[in-house]
Order: sequence, then C-alpha cells, then structure tokens
Amino acid sequence: MADEIKTSDNLLEVRNLVKYFPIKGGFFGRTVGHVKAVDGVSFHIRRGTTMGLVGESGCGKSTIGRTILRLQDKTAGEVLFNGVDIFALSREELRKMRPKIQIIFQDPYSSLSPRLPIGEIIGEAVREHGIVPNSELNDYITDVMRKCGLQEYHKDRYPHEFSGGQRQRICIARALALKPDFILCDEPVSALDVSIQAQIINLLRELQKDMGLTYLFISHDLSVVEHISDTVGVMYLGNMVEFAETEKIFSHPLHPYTEALFSAIPVPDPNYKMDRIVLEGSIPSPANPPSGCKFHTRCRKCMEVCKYAAPEWTEVEPGHFCACHLHNSAEQNARAEKTMNEARKATKATPTKEAANG
Amino acid sequence: MAKKSDGYLSARESRRISKENRKITNAYEKQRKRKNVPESEYLTQMRDPNNAVEFDDLHTYFFTDNGVVHSVDGVTFEVPIGKTVGVVGESGCGKSVTSLSLMQLLQRPQGQIVQGAIRLNLGGKAYDVTKTPNEVMKDLRGNYVSMIFQEPMTALNPVFRIGEQLNEVIELHDKENKTEAQVKARTIELLKLVGIANSEGVYKMYPHELSGGMRQRVVIAMALACNPKIIIADEPTTALDVTIQAQILDLLRQLKSKLNSSIMFITHDLGVIAEMADYVVVMYAGRIVEKGTAEDIFLHPAHPYTIGLMASKPVVGKQVDELYSIPGKVPNPVNMPDYCYFRDRCEMCVEQCCGDYPHEISLSDTHKVSCYRYDGKGGTTNG
Repeated sequence: MADEIKTSDNLLEVRNLVKYFPIKGGFFGRTVGHVKAVDGVSFHIRRGTTMGLVGESGCGKSTIGRTILRLQDKTAGEVLFNGVDIFALSREELRKMRPKIQIIFQDPYSSLSPRLPIGEIIGEAVREHGIVPNSELNDYITDVMRKCGLQEYHKDRYPHEFSGGQRQRICIARALALKPDFILCDEPVSALDVSIQAQIINLLRELQKDMGLTYLFISHDLSVVEHISDTVGVMYLGNMVEFAETEKIFSHPLHPYTEALFSAIPVPDPNYKMDRIVLEGSIPSPANPPSGCKFHTRCRKCMEVCKYAAPEWTEVEPGHFCACHLHNSAEQNARAEKTMNEARKATKATPTKEAANG
Repeated sequence: MAKKSDGYLSARESRRISKENRKITNAYEKQRKRKNVPESEYLTQMRDPNNAVEFDDLHTYFFTDNGVVHSVDGVTFEVPIGKTVGVVGESGCGKSVTSLSLMQLLQRPQGQIVQGAIRLNLGGKAYDVTKTPNEVMKDLRGNYVSMIFQEPMTALNPVFRIGEQLNEVIELHDKENKTEAQVKARTIELLKLVGIANSEGVYKMYPHELSGGMRQRVVIAMALACNPKIIIADEPTTALDVTIQAQILDLLRQLKSKLNSSIMFITHDLGVIAEMADYVVVMYAGRIVEKGTAEDIFLHPAHPYTIGLMASKPVVGKQVDELYSIPGKVPNPVNMPDYCYFRDRCEMCVEQCCGDYPHEISLSDTHKVSCYRYDGKGGTTNG
C-alpha cells in the first residue's frame, strides 16, 4: 500500500485547504471575525515539475506556501506530501520529514543570520539532521556550495560581505544541502536585479534537471513564472480561479481575472499594440469578501448570477481547471441559479444585510 | 590584492581618507552656504529652448570613508518639453542619484556635484541647478520639478491625514495667498485628478487606511500640486502589483497629456519603459552606455549591455530554454577601472576595448552609444 502511493505521480497534493486568521477585538480580545486568507484551494504538483502560483499581493499565495510546510496550522483541508498527510504527523515524524521540504525566502537580506559564517549557515541543518557523517561534512558543504556557484573560500565569510544575488545562492545552497525532494520558492527573485534574476532562475532550472527537484514557485512576476513553470495556478482573494499547464493558460486563459492579469504584463516592445483590460479598483478585503464570486466586483463579464452564487471548481478541459460561471456545465448553472434565487429571497426579507455585505 | 578589491581597509587608512574627504566636502559646503548669491552666478542659457532639463557632463561623487564613489560620472542627456525620458539600469548604476542631483536632495556633505551642469528651463530664463543656492532651490522644488517616490508608504507621513499633507504642500508653494477653503478645494480637485473617486473621504483618512495603489495616487497628487514642468518618477510602480501598475501607468500617461509636463521615468523594468518612454537612456556604473528613442533602443539595441539586459528578461510568449545572463558583476564603485567599465563582463570585446573608456558614437541623429564596436563604422558590426 505504502509503496503504491510512493510511486504515484503527484509529489504534493493539496485538497480543499482552508486557512483563516482570527481578528481579535473588544475588551477581552475575543475573536470578532476571520481573515479568509486561503479559502478552499486544491491543486497538485507532479514529481520533478514546477508549479507557478501567481496573484496580486494579499491573495494568499504565501499563506498557502507556509501552510504546506506546516509552518503554521491549517483550518481545514488536507496536504498530502508523498501520499502522507503532513498535518497527521507527530513531532518526531515531522522532524524526519522536514529535510525533504525546504523553502527559499523572498528577501535574502533578512533570511540569513548575520552572526553565522556561510559554512555554518549551510551546514547547521545538515549536521542537525545527520544527512552525512560528521567526517564528510566539510567536503559535502563545499560540494553543495560549488553546485550553487559559490567558492570554497566563501565558507568563512559572513552574509554582509555578499551581494544580493550571492546571498540568494547561499539560501539555495542551504535548502539544497538537506537533499530535499520539494523546494518552495517564495518570490526568490523579486528582490534582485534583472541580470542577477536570470542567473538565479538558470541556477534553479539546472538544479532541477540534475537532481529531479520539484518546485512550487510563488511570484507576482508573470513573465518569470511563464519561463520557469510547467503548470500555473492563478489565485484571487484566497481562492484559486484557474489552474492549467503553462502553455494552455497563457495561450487561452478562461477566467476573466486571468485574462486581465495577463493583459497587464508590460511588453518590452514600443510598437506593441496594447489590448489592455484595466481592472478598476483594488482587491477587496479578505476579512469581508464579496458574496458569490469574489471577483464579481471588478469583473467586466459579471452576470447577475455571479453576485449570489460562488462558482464551482470545474475541469473545463482535461487538465484545465477554472472557477467561473461562464465555463460551467448546464447542471452547475442550474444549481447556481437555484442558489441565486434563494439568496435573493433571503436578502429581500432582510434588506439591511445586503447593505452590510455590499 | 584580493583583499583590496573587496574593499577591505584598515582603520588607519579609513581615518586618513575620511580626513581628506572632510577637507574637500567642507570647501564645497562653504561655497554652498554663502548668503545672498547674485542671480547672475546661476543664471544660464539652455542649449535648446525646447528642452525642459539638460544634464551636461554631470559628475556626482560620494566621499565615503572607504574612498570616493563615482556614482554619476559624466552623464549628458536632455529631457524635451512634453516628452517622457526613461532611465534604465541595475541598482547602483546612478539613476536615482542623477534625479536627486536635479532635485538637490543629495545626502550632503558626503554627496557632492563636483563637475558639470544641470540646466533647468523656467520658461523665460534658465538656472543651473548645481550652482543654485538653497533658498532659491526651495522655490523650484514642487513648482518646477517634483518627484514621485518608489515606496508610497515611506513617502507619506503616517501620523497626519492625507488632506493635511496635501494642504501643506499647496500652502508652502502658494503665491496667491489662498484661503483655507480654497486650499482644501484645490486638494480635493487634485485627489479627483488622480482618479480617487471618494476624494472627500480620502481627505480625512490616514495613509494606513489606503491600499498601495491608492497611496501611490496620493503621492502623485502631491507631486502635481503646483503644476510642475518636470515630474521625476523614481520607480513609481516597482512596489505595486501588475494590475495596479497598469492603472498607475495609465494615469501618468493621461496626466502628462493633460498638463503638458515632461516626465523623467526611472525604472529597471524594460517592459514599463517600452510602454511609457519616448526616449530611453541606459545607464551602467554611473555612465550612459546608450541613449536614443524607444524604437532605437528596443528594436536596434547596440551596446552589449543593453542587448544582454534585454536577453536576460523572460518575455511572455517567447519560450527560451535558458535565459541569457550577463556574466560577472558590476565593478567596485570605489576603484573603477580605466578602460570600458563593461569590458570584464562583455562577450563582444574588440581589441580597442583595452584602451580608454570609449567616447560617445552617433549611430543616427538620435541614437548614441559608447562602445568601440561602432567606432567610425556607423554600426556595421552587428552582434
């Protein structure tokens, strides 16, 4: 049974993940509401591939990342890594699991301890987890550093002596030293210059080819995501609105939000004719999201039904998922209409509630 | 030698440098702090009356304890009236220092303009900003030149309401003695101008109550308060999401045509530049390596650095197996080499590259490049 799951295609499976953050208020610090950072997200990543996760800031990309790593607790849902539910593990089992799932943070300036030399930063976890025998530790670290484009004499230096690109290499080496299967890259290149960005992206791809790594690549830079990912998930306000292979999603996006997002990418060609869909307003607060489809307040294809019924997560084409009423089946449309009619009746009965939600 | 190139200095060495620097900067400060400077000293003539600003061989140095940093080292370009000039380059290439030199907001006494001129067109007359005393400069800032900063959260004061902060700008630069009500009316008009629908409400809000895009709109409103002739936009969209970025770029474009001012647009995003700019200036390590119209730069990039920069950015719809990455890194700003700054990273070197820094070569009337590959041949060696 266990073997069967191990050989399955998906290294990581996320099912209906929900993460709410409580809002404390009042005199006794009671919970007065919830910030719905992640509100029912499902996706999967095949072994040895890269999934890109895009969306505006505040849409819950990083929260998903942190929850997958169990750096924080979930509210509901399942995260299966190699077929094992991460949240069902005991302390001891989790500790054994940790080296397999690593993370590279956005800001290489604040994610390295200023008081440790590079050799120690990279080697600390290796020693702690007993990845290699102590006698080989030194050579092993040198080896990992070489792979990431660092020199052996860098080992005794401190982080402040390095430039941004070099620091990001150190972060990658630190993650890599534990021989992980999966690396979560949380905006690893957004703090770097264009030419350095290219170096880091190339390094990440090379390592993937050599070692068969699996990445979840979180970024708001769509051109970088298109370049590096095999599949792409688009998020909006805690929900995933579309998920498909990179080529498919970029060539014909289904969801209106994805369309608008992709049309906003600036193209470095002055003669390029823009056909831009400018989204009005800004992202609503996740503490009090709009009713129905969360995107309906900014959507240019908004229909009556969108205001009341949330669209279902559907596989429109094989491997192309989308949550939008425009791409629902007849059966789903009927269900949505029913929800709409019920919701309308309810709001007629209590008109004040609508104003509060509005 | 290895240690020296890393910028390692002994304490004694550092003290010696700092003492020397103080001598130099004190002389500059003394020059600046004179009172009642006659106007004739900073009055100058524009080379072309159709230009809003002309940077002429500008050298801005920082006298640090590690040595002199040549942040801007001989930069010459102009901003024509009613046009947008984009300045591109990696961080540390001197693009922000160039704009701060124009605003006279350099970190003094360490930062000093040591050579060159910045001619500012004030309609009838022209001032050389580098020689303009502080009292006069106060008048120019806001009224003629103003700046939109990168991070809207740090550019706004968190303890004052939006309305108060905008009122302050208008009152300070006001020459018509507006009443309180008139000032408020103008503030609300400005907020409407930058596309804030709920302007009366925002007037009473604090910065933390607004989203990033709205804050950037407020900062833009502040920059526009006195109808400046030149707006410096220093990475105005870097901190924003793509969808909000699209809104802000749209807004800037509309405002430019409405107010007929010039924009100096500083960014490292080539896509944004292509969309906004009429002219593009590419900077590397404190110098301009290439300048021309947007078509020149994007369709016929000439300098190896520009070509490398374009190739290293992934473009949606263009699949490449591996991104091009410029090898090596920017040279140490304290001891710059005496040959072409880009030579050590360049893959298209020719023999002459070992000589002095290449001078500017014209490929066409608008397109200029500093590279030996084009020396006297008019761009026959294409890479």
